[in-house]
Amino acid sequence: MTMQIAESVSLSAPDARARAHAAAAQNNLRTEPRAVRITIIALAMTFLSVFVVLPLVVVFAQAFSKGILAYLAALADPEALSAIKLTLVVAAISVGLNLVFGLVAAWAIAKFEFRGKTFLITLIDLPFSVSPVISGLVFVLLFGAQGYFGSWLRDHDIQILFAVPGIALATTFVTFPFVARALIPLMQEQGTQEEEAAVSLGASGLQTFFRVTLPNIKWGVLYGVLLCNARAMGEFGAVSVVSGHIRGETNTMPLLVEILYNEYQFVAAFAIASLLAMLALITLIAKTVLERHLDEGHDRRDH
Amino acid sequence: MGLTLSWLSIIILIPLAGLFLKSLELSPEQFWNILSSRRTLNALRVSFGLAFAAACVNLVMGSIIVWALVRYHFPGRRLFDAIVDVPFALPTAVAGVALTALFAEKGWLGAPLAAAGIKVAFTPVGIFVAMIFIGIPFVVRTVQPVLQDLDPEIEEAAGSLGASRWQTIIRVILPSLGPALLTGLALAFARAVGEYGSVIFIAGNLPNVSEIAPLLIVIRLSEFRYADATAIAVVMLIVSFVIIFAVNRLQRWAQSRIPAR
Repeated sequence: MTMQIAESVSLSAPDARARAHAAAAQNNLRTEPRAVRITIIALAMTFLSVFVVLPLVVVFAQAFSKGILAYLAALADPEALSAIKLTLVVAAISVGLNLVFGLVAAWAIAKFEFRGKTFLITLIDLPFSVSPVISGLVFVLLFGAQGYFGSWLRDHDIQILFAVPGIALATTFVTFPFVARALIPLMQEQGTQEEEAAVSLGASGLQTFFRVTLPNIKWGVLYGVLLCNARAMGEFGAVSVVSGHIRGETNTMPLLVEILYNEYQFVAAFAIASLLAMLALITLIAKTVLERHLDEGHDRRDH
Repeated sequence: MGLTLSWLSIIILIPLAGLFLKSLELSPEQFWNILSSRRTLNALRVSFGLAFAAACVNLVMGSIIVWALVRYHFPGRRLFDAIVDVPFALPTAVAGVALTALFAEKGWLGAPLAAAGIKVAFTPVGIFVAMIFIGIPFVVRTVQPVLQDLDPEIEEAAGSLGASRWQTIIRVILPSLGPALLTGLALAFARAVGEYGSVIFIAGNLPNVSEIAPLLIVIRLSEFRYADATAIAVVMLIVSFVIIFAVNRLQRWAQSRIPAR
């Protein structure tokens, strides 16, 4: 754009006018009449406002509908505090596990060729498209009283279902694809040249990974962890099936929202919901920042 | 490599195999009886039917949103662009209670709609609305990068060869967006079929009318009717596996069709 202006300034007047006409004509070929443009923009803005913005606003409006004191009292409730603590613990476990796995899986898929790759990627993606309820169900079938490992677990007095391990497992299952999915395209694009150079210069496998691979993908790792964490803290369906809803013990924040809501404690329910909504908003802002970093890395490699 | 496969099998394969093994304990006759019972059929019909309808709405509205975000400049464009991801990031239970409060008879949108004689919350329409909410980012985010990368010269060529703007959009732009549109539709559909959290609050959960399949699984589990829960789950799982596999093939095909630039 600036180049065009600079060019037209240096040209003689009639020439410039001809050029401007040509440019305008070209623009016309790629855009619509003003009325159509305005309709499309209005449709898009209305749709997003009604379906996305309003629900967000409702959460905060309901949470503060009885004033800020009622809001704070709802959050200071022991049940709320234990739900917040459990949510943080579960998120830490599943993000940690999926971080390690995501790195290894992305590495294997991006840097090596092998048969059945599409199938493997499909498997990794599966938790994205499986109903969260089914994700919970599979663990009930494995570890429940009538499940495959149920009697063995009972004999050894190990509690998985209706306890923290079950919630962590179900959450790990549901958040499985995030880190791997964020890294696969990034690592594929980078290819294997840098690693091959490092190895041929005598670096060990681990050295290569920490000094060459990891610095190249650090923003991608953060990106995956961010999305993984948001889903882990907000997961509802899968956790609902395996948690057993023991108050003060196995209720995560989303489960507590449901219980309070069904008991008509709307202020309390929306107070917890508002914390989760804030988590979502912070995640989105952080995501936008990270995407900018990822794009910059992309541009650097292109030039 | 070995680590990938073993971790993958511990977390994904073993639980899924457990599900299929459990369903094999049923005779085909039992399996069929569970699936053909009136309540199961209705739940599957509600889930798949409304999910498809919602995905179609998302396809149309998603395309309009993408077009506005990519092609036009308007105040708040970047903000709206970021807002598209809210349904991804907002926990489903939060979305569920928020949509219910919004569309309940005394809610901000529910009240005027009720005055017009339209009841949304606690009816199948509510399920439809919740499914539209959770599906919208899938279409936008799959189509947006493709429209951004579309070569402007093709459009200009079509235009300067005398095609009307409408012809250019239908004959030139739409076919290039085809795979992305299909992928977005499939992803939104898959998500809506299995959706639980954002739907159950607004649905009303009336058996045979507004009861979704995932909820029926939960109900069967709480009744300790594991066989019923498993049979419904297997059907839904196979459908989602097929969809995701098709999407991955579609992506590969689309990539091979467009030479890398």
